[in-house]
Amino acid sequence: MIRLAASARMVLAASLLAAFAFVLIGPILNLALWSVAERWYTPHKLPVTYGTRYWEQVFRPTGDAMASLGTSVWIAVLTVLFALALSIPAGYALARLKLPMRALFMLMFLLPQAFPSVAIYINVARIFYQLGINGTVLAVVLVHTAHGLVFSVWIAAAAFAAVDKDLELAARNMGASPLRAFFTVTLPLAAPGIIASGIFVFLESLDEFTGTFFVGVPQVTTLPLLLYNAAMGGNYQVASITALILLVPSVLFMLFIERFLRADVLAKVGT
Amino acid sequence: MPGRPSFEKRSGMSLSQRHLALLLITPGLVLVAALFLYPLCFSLISAFSKDGSFTLEWFAKAFELYSTDMVFTVVIVVTSCALTALAAIVIAGTLTLGENRYIVGTLKALYRWPLFIPFIVAAQCMRTFLAKNGLMNNSFVSLGLMEPLQAVSYLDWRGIIATFVWKQTPFVALLLAGALASIDRATLEAGRNLGASRLRVLIELALPQVMQTLLVALVLSFVTMLSVLSVPLMVSGSQPTMLTVDMAFRINAYGDYATANALGVITYLISAGAAILYLRRGLSQEAPR
Repeated sequence: MIRLAASARMVLAASLLAAFAFVLIGPILNLALWSVAERWYTPHKLPVTYGTRYWEQVFRPTGDAMASLGTSVWIAVLTVLFALALSIPAGYALARLKLPMRALFMLMFLLPQAFPSVAIYINVARIFYQLGINGTVLAVVLVHTAHGLVFSVWIAAAAFAAVDKDLELAARNMGASPLRAFFTVTLPLAAPGIIASGIFVFLESLDEFTGTFFVGVPQVTTLPLLLYNAAMGGNYQVASITALILLVPSVLFMLFIERFLRADVLAKVGT
Repeated sequence: MPGRPSFEKRSGMSLSQRHLALLLITPGLVLVAALFLYPLCFSLISAFSKDGSFTLEWFAKAFELYSTDMVFTVVIVVTSCALTALAAIVIAGTLTLGENRYIVGTLKALYRWPLFIPFIVAAQCMRTFLAKNGLMNNSFVSLGLMEPLQAVSYLDWRGIIATFVWKQTPFVALLLAGALASIDRATLEAGRNLGASRLRVLIELALPQVMQTLLVALVLSFVTMLSVLSVPLMVSGSQPTMLTVDMAFRINAYGDYATANALGVITYLISAGAAILYLRRGLSQEAPR
């Protein structure tokens, strides 16, 4: 009897797990099916003809998608450079130097994430319009940087805080200037955390939709905007392929984040 | 900052170090001020004024046109948070207290997948999956669980909730599982040894110790859901809809910044409500007992 109950529980647990896997993977699978469906209409449960016609269309060098991919990557790279240029000094100041009102400054960087962003972006778009920079790459990069800054500043501060102070002092004692100690000891040791923050900002920028929707249109079409336009235009194949392109870096990052962000750095984030 | 060892005694450069710190942090702060604080003031002024004088006219208009959507938005976000919490507790609880290592291992490998998937991709996934002829209904029909004629589209409020829960559960479960892993195992083992079921150990012993983490994760999810434009736009095109869509519509269709900003202030108030609930609980926890 006990064995029967145990195996019944096992079967129940396994079927719950299968249902969970279906809910989790099903939507992604449906997306993948659409990307290779050349014709798919009701009442067919699976695509009528499979093919890579839409992939060829998307990856044609002159296609919209390649242009959007280029725009997206270019904006993301600029955003990372800009965010790191701001967050490496800020993170060092927060982690190492005597800073009045430190908690308030930490909070300041969090605020853009803690407010519903649509209401902010419509006003940013209005200000940018008055400045004449709406619809430019610069406008999108600025918005993405402000959005990603909380991650890059907080992670950079945690990375600097995790570097052993005695190593810096040893370099100073051997006659290195403060700047030299920073560039040859502190920065290299904090680099893995800072690289992780850079990857995070890169992905945030690549995936960002709302801000680009308000300050980028109509001239700047990033991949999320192309996906949106294709989906609303009823082109499920192009929308699905674009979505898959965006999916790949997100899933890779999910799988490898623990390699980049060591536990000792992670434990110091936000402190 | 107290307890922070400093170099000042060694080098006597405390003042210049403070200046250096401010100098290093200023560029980042300027960006946040220019792209967050300034537009925030802009939105408040625009929502509360007409031709330079104070008015509540825009709020009256917002309530007149969009009161249904306000209720709709709050109901969707609260329901999504509740379901996300439930799913995350089940996942994190199984990961912590599960005894079958195959099930724990499979769950661990699976549950994080949507963690970094952008909302717009999740929305596109759900648009296909939850449609009348999407993979979900088709699978149910193929398995004999449902007649083809019973298939309905879930691309309305149910689709929005499903997308939010799908996307946010891994985040909440990840934080919760981390917190659960760091609590004292001995208490949980003691509970098990005294004959409590795993469910009871989870609810009565483990969860109270990680409530703070769960609430932080839920407040963050709440604000995130309140800010997302792509999911309501793409998953449910029809009325009623969420306030983010209404704001975009006021701007794009009418250039009506005043009403859009009044709606924006209402979304600030809704998210402030969530933050206050969280803070009040935090305070009552710290009160002497």
